[in-house]
Amino acid sequence: MYDFAYHKPASVADAVKLLGADGEAKPLAGGQTLIPTLKQRLARPTAVVDLGAIKDLAGISVAGGKVTIGAMTKHADVAASADVKKALPALAALAGGIGDPAVRHRGTIGGSIANNDPAADYPAACLALGATIKTNKREIAADDFFRGMFETALDAGELIVSVSFPVAEKAAYMKFDQPASRYALVGVFVAKTAGGVRVAVTGAAASVFRWKEAEAALSKSFAAASLDGVKASASGLNSDIHGSAEYRAHLIGVMAKRAVAAA
Amino acid sequence: MGAEGIGAAVRRKEDFRFLTGRGNYTDDINRPGQTHAYFLRSQVAHATIGKIDTSKAAKAPGVVAIFTGADFAADGKGGLPCGWLVKNKDGSPMQEPPHPVLAQGKVRHVGDPIAVVIAETREQAKDAAELIDVQLTELPVVGTMADAVKPGAAKIHDGGNVCYDWHIGDKDACEAAFKKAFKVAKLDLVNNRLIPNAMEPRAAIGDFDRATGEYTLYTTSQNPHVIRLLMGAFVLQIPESRLRVVAPDVGGGFGSKIFHYAEEATVTWASAKVGRPIKWTCDRAESFMSDAHGRDHVSHAEMAMDKDGKFLALRVKTDANMGAYLSTFAPAVPTYLYATLLAGVYTTPVVYAEVRALFTNTVPVDAYRGAGRPEATFLLERLVDNCAAEMGMDRVEIRKRNFIPSDAFPYQTPVALQYDSGDYQATLASALKISDWAGFEARRAEAKKRGKLRGIGISTYLEACGIAPSAVVGSLGARAGLYECANIRVHPTGSVTVFTGCHSHGQGHETTYAQLVADRLGISIDQIEVSHGDTNKIPFGMGTYGSRSLAVGGTAIVKALDKIVDKAKKIAAHLLEASPADIELKDGKFVVAGTDKAKAFGEISLAAYVPHNYPIDTVEPGLEETAFYDPKNFTFPGGCHICEVEIDPDTGVTKVVKFTAVDDVGRVVNPMIVEGQVHGGLAQGIGQALLETCVYDGNGQLRSGSYMDYTMPRADDLPSFDVATQSTLCTHNPLGVKGVGEVGAIGSPPAVINAVVDALRETGVRHIDMPATPAKIWALLNSGRRAAAE
Ligand SMILES: Cc1cc2nc3c(=O)[nH]c(=O)nc-3n(C[C@H](O)[C@H](O)[C@H](O)COP(=O)(O)OP(=O)(O)OC[C@H]3O[C@@H](n4cnc5c(N)ncnc54)[C@H](O)[C@@H]3O)c2cc1C
Repeated sequence: MYDFAYHKPASVADAVKLLGADGEAKPLAGGQTLIPTLKQRLARPTAVVDLGAIKDLAGISVAGGKVTIGAMTKHADVAASADVKKALPALAALAGGIGDPAVRHRGTIGGSIANNDPAADYPAACLALGATIKTNKREIAADDFFRGMFETALDAGELIVSVSFPVAEKAAYMKFDQPASRYALVGVFVAKTAGGVRVAVTGAAASVFRWKEAEAALSKSFAAASLDGVKASASGLNSDIHGSAEYRAHLIGVMAKRAVAAA
Repeated sequence: MGAEGIGAAVRRKEDFRFLTGRGNYTDDINRPGQTHAYFLRSQVAHATIGKIDTSKAAKAPGVVAIFTGADFAADGKGGLPCGWLVKNKDGSPMQEPPHPVLAQGKVRHVGDPIAVVIAETREQAKDAAELIDVQLTELPVVGTMADAVKPGAAKIHDGGNVCYDWHIGDKDACEAAFKKAFKVAKLDLVNNRLIPNAMEPRAAIGDFDRATGEYTLYTTSQNPHVIRLLMGAFVLQIPESRLRVVAPDVGGGFGSKIFHYAEEATVTWASAKVGRPIKWTCDRAESFMSDAHGRDHVSHAEMAMDKDGKFLALRVKTDANMGAYLSTFAPAVPTYLYATLLAGVYTTPVVYAEVRALFTNTVPVDAYRGAGRPEATFLLERLVDNCAAEMGMDRVEIRKRNFIPSDAFPYQTPVALQYDSGDYQATLASALKISDWAGFEARRAEAKKRGKLRGIGISTYLEACGIAPSAVVGSLGARAGLYECANIRVHPTGSVTVFTGCHSHGQGHETTYAQLVADRLGISIDQIEVSHGDTNKIPFGMGTYGSRSLAVGGTAIVKALDKIVDKAKKIAAHLLEASPADIELKDGKFVVAGTDKAKAFGEISLAAYVPHNYPIDTVEPGLEETAFYDPKNFTFPGGCHICEVEIDPDTGVTKVVKFTAVDDVGRVVNPMIVEGQVHGGLAQGIGQALLETCVYDGNGQLRSGSYMDYTMPRADDLPSFDVATQSTLCTHNPLGVKGVGEVGAIGSPPAVINAVVDALRETGVRHIDMPATPAKIWALLNSGRRAAAE
């Protein structure tokens, strides 16, 4: 990796100040994406602002029909949380299916969402549940947050503080692993909340997206059979050595049905 | 056998240090004053090199020196040698293009090293490498074997893209047999290219001692003496007496650490130039593009059969990818380690095979666990399933009908090999029973109720290992002998050090060899240390590969033990005032036959080193013996693998739900180690069949260049294996051992694919190339569904 300055502020305010003062500085959460990127010399930040010492960034609370998870909360903690398992079991299960134990004990929800990897799992939960992403300066609806491949609504130097998920009447996530990386080749999160039925798809395209046709069909009746004959279009989907766009389109249908059945 | 002797499942002596993190690998070694090397590698697959400007980089912080191919050439040093010469059909030698240590004039694959930067730290070397300005003029890329032979294809080497066009067998007899065929089964298939991925990446430290003029190379090698020979004699012109090669603990090789690599020669040579030790450690991404790859064949095969389904003749045409340069043993793999295996376990009287080896702008390809035999086995065992389908016969029945009978040994095949022993009906029967083959249809029906397609596949394989008789391989083009050497040093108090030329990098030699000695001398394995991997300690050695360590290396130990026991008897006879002919070695004691007069082994060893009462006129003091053993023949393990899979038709996911392996590996010295070797081999074989594949795009860029895209098998991809051994003894070595290192990887891929095809048969699928990924299976099913709908 290239040389960089290293800061470890104790508050969000100090972190924001450090990031604001240096446009080339980068926040560091669990480092599961950022550190390999640095090691491979694919990024050259002037400074790394480690969020690890900011106590109030980690933690889980359930109140008022919402599960709120601090940005620095690790996947393993979400997976193991009795509160999450009770209020939103689909989210706990999703977190428990990310990467491997080492990754789950370092990687964070904030880092995952800020990174917006096209094959990451959390973005599907955010979008399907209609989560709200809270930053140091505003609240952003999931629908407005995920902008494109590795692209979000975050401004330079803006920090995710927490993510709030409305609890769901029914929800489930089904992930079809890319065989090598075990990120999602296709992951489908279905949720029935007070806001209606939503179906979010990750892994299949440049960024997480909602599958509106399925949402319409499931709104009429929330049952796997409602998706019979509803086909995701392959157009615009990813195609790579692990699967064609057609295969991904097909898997969206299979995973959606399985998710509905499991919800 | 005793509690620790031959046949005992003793725990591996070496595991304590590995499991407690006390192994000593090349990267753990640091020499005083050490510098670090980083190789600037080509990012394009094919280009001519113009000017290389290192002036900026040379001034970067910490830089000690920068060398390019021109520096190597100017110093009169050679290129990397090839250890095997294969001849064309017309008898002319293969094309053997130069393989410069650092690229000269051209780069020929992504990863080809262009320059080395030596700096105080690794990061500084990397920083500086970015400042090197290399003018490259890109050339058309020969990405695939099909591209290599297209008219007007770019030439990778001056002699074109064909390395050799070789054949074996009787072509005329083959054609005649096909004319008489009742039926012919045909098959086109690919043997997918694999990236070995040993757990420990390669590393090397070059250390030149100006005081003595001695060079030391620490390296991740399976065969340090071979590296000393190749690098000393052909590349750097350093006599053996001044070149020490040490291969300490090595974390897996699977063939990829047999070969002499550019980095080894570079750090050794450059350490003298800069006057300081130089360490290089490969990172994982670099190993994907610089370790020799494996397999990569495209074949067409045809089997002629009579009306009873007896095989009359086999005809095979194979293209084998050599990559951009010839790696050390590359030419031998698709010829003498492949086509000679095409008779398999069958009495096929005529076999004719043609093999073309081709250059492409890809990483060199060489031996990888099984080396040629997995390719032959996959082809043959897939084809035999097609034979059964063609004849409308049962897959097991057609195999049984064509097996070489157990009373036909020694059996001469039409493709050079002479098998010494085997009982294929026995391994088959045992595997059928363990796998409950007979009950399969019920399991298929039950799976169907759950919406799953269940299939069963079989492979009855054979392989040739224990390589190899030197005169035989010499006549076939090998530029080395393939004997092995052992030195046994009995110390004064009766403890023993075994020095072996076979290197252990996961195989458990430190235990297995100790068991051989314990069995013979009647002492505890705790009294026995096995030393390997250092050319200054071991007299000589050809190393570990081709499942040779026990059959060849172990036999050398037995031969040295013979000499030890012989001498010890003379000493015992003197001490016991008996004739040497009357002395017997029994339970660790030298006994005068028929009496209770005895001397313990420790008393003999002590007498040998404190020869006060000693037959000094006829027997030298000391108790140390060396033996070289050149095997009389290859050894021929074989057996039967049965795989059961379930396919989810909605996603195309295949799950291996049951796997049975019954292997004839000859005498088993340590059943636990044998089982472990089979497990590892099966994991690799199943990995090849379902998961792993190396993918290049049309520009010669590696698309499967990291673990994000290259699917290594993981524990949850595998079932709990049912493994057993069912042995016949090798007839030409004293232990009766055959070899077990590669059988798992050789026998299993066709069993898996045969099971997948069996599961998909009702949908019209007849073949699928490896790896049978979910996407591929779904595409096949989907095209079947579409065809059915239309
Ligand atoms: C082997 C492996 C397997 C994996 N498998 C999966 C998988 O199956 N599914 C999956 O979803 N993910 C997977 N991941 C990704 C992992 O789960 C992490 O979520 C991801 O790497 C990012 O989280 P992090 O905390 O490590 O963030 P970092 O790597 O520290 O940061 C990632 C990016 O986010 C920025 N960032 C971090 N925190 C904040 C914040 N609070 N506000 C604003 N920006 C911020 C950083 O600057 C950086 O650009 C895997 C990773 C590895 C290494």
